[in-house]
Order: sequence, then structure tokens, then C-alpha cells
Amino acid sequence: MNAAHVPTGIACGLPAAGGIGLKPEHFREILDTQPELGFFEVHAENYMVAGGPFHHYLTCIRERYALSIHGVGLSIGGASALDEAHLDRLAVLLDRYQPESFSEHLAWSSHGGAFLNDLLPLPYHAAALDRVCAHIDRVQERLKRRMLLENPASYVEFAASTMAETEFIAEVVRRTGCGLLLDVNNVYVACVNHHRDPRAYIRSLPLPAVGQIHLAGFACDVDAAGAPLLIDSHGAPVAQAVWELYEFALEGLGPTPTLIERDNDIPALPVLLAEACQAQRMMRERVAATDEVCA
Amino acid sequence: MNIQSAFADALLAPEAVCPPGLLAWNGSDPGRRFAVYRNNVMVSLIDALADSYPVTQQLVGEEFFAAMARLFVQAQPPRSPVLALYGEGFADFIEAFPPAAGLPYLADVARLEMRRVQAWHAADAAPLTEQELARLLADAALPAARFGLQPSLAVLRSRHAVVSLWAAHQTDDVTAALAQVAVEDAENALVLRVGLEVDIVRIADGAAIFILNLQQGVAFGAAAGQALAAESGFDLVAALGMLLRGGAICSAGFSRSEAA
Repeated sequence: MNAAHVPTGIACGLPAAGGIGLKPEHFREILDTQPELGFFEVHAENYMVAGGPFHHYLTCIRERYALSIHGVGLSIGGASALDEAHLDRLAVLLDRYQPESFSEHLAWSSHGGAFLNDLLPLPYHAAALDRVCAHIDRVQERLKRRMLLENPASYVEFAASTMAETEFIAEVVRRTGCGLLLDVNNVYVACVNHHRDPRAYIRSLPLPAVGQIHLAGFACDVDAAGAPLLIDSHGAPVAQAVWELYEFALEGLGPTPTLIERDNDIPALPVLLAEACQAQRMMRERVAATDEVCA
Repeated sequence: MNIQSAFADALLAPEAVCPPGLLAWNGSDPGRRFAVYRNNVMVSLIDALADSYPVTQQLVGEEFFAAMARLFVQAQPPRSPVLALYGEGFADFIEAFPPAAGLPYLADVARLEMRRVQAWHAADAAPLTEQELARLLADAALPAARFGLQPSLAVLRSRHAVVSLWAAHQTDDVTAALAQVAVEDAENALVLRVGLEVDIVRIADGAAIFILNLQQGVAFGAAAGQALAAESGFDLVAALGMLLRGGAICSAGFSRSEAA
């Protein structure tokens, strides 16, 4: 396996600014008010329909804004072969909207012909690594572009794992040449859930491969022993601890396109725009602080 | 990888079971953690059905709907990551679901709601222009014309008052509106996306038969004849006018073999 056939060039052409997820309830308001924003992100699968209002609005909004297309159904970590029909649908969608970035997850979501509509965890060992790399090679070959791979939020670990998650991800990046979508909320959630140090986790990743950041909110639960168990709900504002971890990540990354992810309990548009602004402000302040040190 | 098979089976199993091979850092029972995935899968798919079937949900209440949807998800999980049209078999499931037998109209309301979702996402097609229509209507061969209709168009024929039931739930005072509905009245629904909105209107038997025939590629004259035979009061001008106003006719041709 090698990365030689992967198209070179940047995996992510989004501006290093704040973005938000595009939600149907905000379509009209966005077109009416045309807020200042770095980019919008959509879930690929929501737009795999023949026609109608979704394509109408996405076309109008795409004309005015940078776009990230984020897949949630490719099942890259799946044990079975990639769904070529789904890859074809993705190719059509990417061709139509020409997004600045395409990303997917280190997870699986389909099995035995059923789509389970969640990002499910996989064990980290040599066989899984070979399979994930083969799937990403195929995706990049079929879509003729580098993709970004998102680190997962997870609630369980596997007895069969022989590698750390960061080690696994680093090896995937090395072998396939794909980029990384650093989901800082997922880092925080997974590290709390598995009792790890989130800063050490971020330091162990191949940071030069990061093309985009996700920020989101989580919900709180406990495990059977009463230890905190955080749920990646995308249903709350970004938590303070995640903003702090974001600041830490920016130290290593510099300004990076940053998405506010919100898929449940969706608030009014200005609330999401304010969170995107906060991310942008933190990027600017980080640059200013660095400049001061260098001067 | 058998780990995934066991994991997937346990996600959809009716009773809470934990697949083997899972760990928690503190040695606690991984079943509690696995339950998060089980819950995510089930709740997200029930929510997807609720999004597509809001009136069905209102008719039975959230709790009944969730219980019925859960059984449907377990029996017929999605086969595709494209969830927009998930639940096409839900109406048939409801029809055969004994606890819902007291609401014999429920399955048809669900059918109407799925037609609405399908119309929402159907392919875009340009209607015939006014000049094209004028030429067509003046053509002596009009009775032999076969029409191509909007991909979003659907006709649903029901033994129940599906359109009135659906429309009552679009009002501010649903209870008052429902009190006016005679659920045992048979109704036909015409579903059509006009611009960016999906219209649902009640149409008479003749109009329903006329449009269904046109949709199947039957020639204009023969379709009108079928409608008249079924309903002596069939108003061809009104039915055609309704289609034209909604931009429902996208193409017309005269060949026997081509519907377009």
C-alpha cells in the first residue's frame, strides 16, 4: 500500500476561519441576511436526493460561501467492502458542489446490509489498519481527492486492540496520505471516557495533516462504576473544557478552519454564528500572541 | 470480523445484551457503555421516522409512536445511509400492527406522509411553457397525447378521510378541526411539489383516475374516458386546469410507444 496514486494538493481548501453546519431551518435566513462566515458544512447523505428544496438552497448558499461536505455513512471502518453505490453517490455530489473539503469518520455504520445510523467503534490492530487503509485508498482513488479522516468519540474499548488510537490514526495518515479532521470535542469525550490525557492525545497525532477542526457540545452520563461518561450529542453549546483544549490545539496547529457542529436542539442562527466567531477570535488572538513572542 | 457482527446484532436486539470483547478502563460493566450506542441507533432512527411522519405521530401520541417505530426499526432497519426516504414500509407495518387496529385510517395517513416526503425530494423538472401548452391544447390530436408528469406528483386513493385528517393537523386548533372530520369518508389525495412547497389537495374520484391514468402513460382521451366511466360528474376542464396551474405537465408526445 502506498500513497503514490493519491492526488497531491491540499486536502482542505477552506479558509482558516469559523464555520457552522448548514441546517434546513436556517436556509432562508442565511440567504436573507448573508452573515459573514468562513464556510458551511453539510452532511453528504442529507443531499443524496434527486431534487427539491435541499438542492435549491444548497446551490444558492454554495454560490456565496465556501463548503465542506462531511460524510456520515461510508463506514470506512466496516468489516465488509465499501459500498460502491454510496461512493458513486458521493462522487456525484462532490462533482456537483465542488466543496473545498471532504471528510469522513474513523468508524463503521453499516453491517450485513443494514445501516445503523451511528458512528461505531472498531478495535485497533494490524488487520483493522490494513482494512481501513484499503478503504481510504479506494475512497481517494474514486473521488480523485484527498479526504480528511475524523477521530472518533467512543464509549467502549476492545480487548482485541493492540495499538493506541493515535498510533492507529498516525499510521493511516502515513500509509494513505489522507488528512485529518481533528474533532476536539471527540478528543475530550473519548479521553474522559477512557481516562486518558487529551493534551497528550493531541500531541501524539500527526498535526501537520490536520486540515479542519470540529467543535461541539456533549451530554454527561456515568458508567456502571459511576465514572463520568460523556456522550457526543451535538446537542449543546461547546463546553468550556473543549474551548480550552481547542486553544491548546491551536498552539500546535496555527489558524485552522473550525466548524461548530450542532445537530440536535438546534438554536437560532445567531447563536451558532456567535460560537463560530468565538473560534475565529481565538485563532486571531493566538496569532497575535505568537507575533508578540516573535517580536 | 465477528466483533462487528455481534456488535451490530446487539444494537438491534429487542433485549439489552452486551457483545463480547468490550472493555472499560475502570473494569466496570461495559454493558452500560454499550447501551449508549444502542440508544443512539434506536433514538436517531425513531426520530428519523417521526420527522417523516409527524401527523401519524400526533394521531397516536409520542409514546405509542416511539414503541411502534422501535419495533419497525428492529424489523426493517435502513438498508441505505440515505435516510431521507427511510421508512417506506412503515405504512404497511402499521396496517399489520395489531395495537393500531383501532385507527384503521392510520396506515393511509402514513402513506400520505411518505408521498409528501418523496415529493419534497423528487427530481426537479420544468413544466411545459405556456406556448407549448397552447399549441398542445389547440392540436386536433390532443386526445392521443401522452403526458409526462412531474416526478413529485402522486395520487393516493384511500377508504378514509386522509386529506382532511392531514389538513386538520396543519391548523392551530387541531382538536376543533378533527371534530369536523368524518374519518369514514373515502378521499383521494393529490400530492405535488409546486415551487419549493409540497401541496396536498383533495380531489374527486374522476380526477384521481384521470391523473393516475395519465401518469401511467395512458393517452389523454382514454384517461378522460376512464374518469368519466368511474364518475359521471367528472369535470375534465377543472382537472386539467388543476394540473396546469400546478405546473404538473412536463412533456407531451403523440407516439404510441413513448409516454413522453
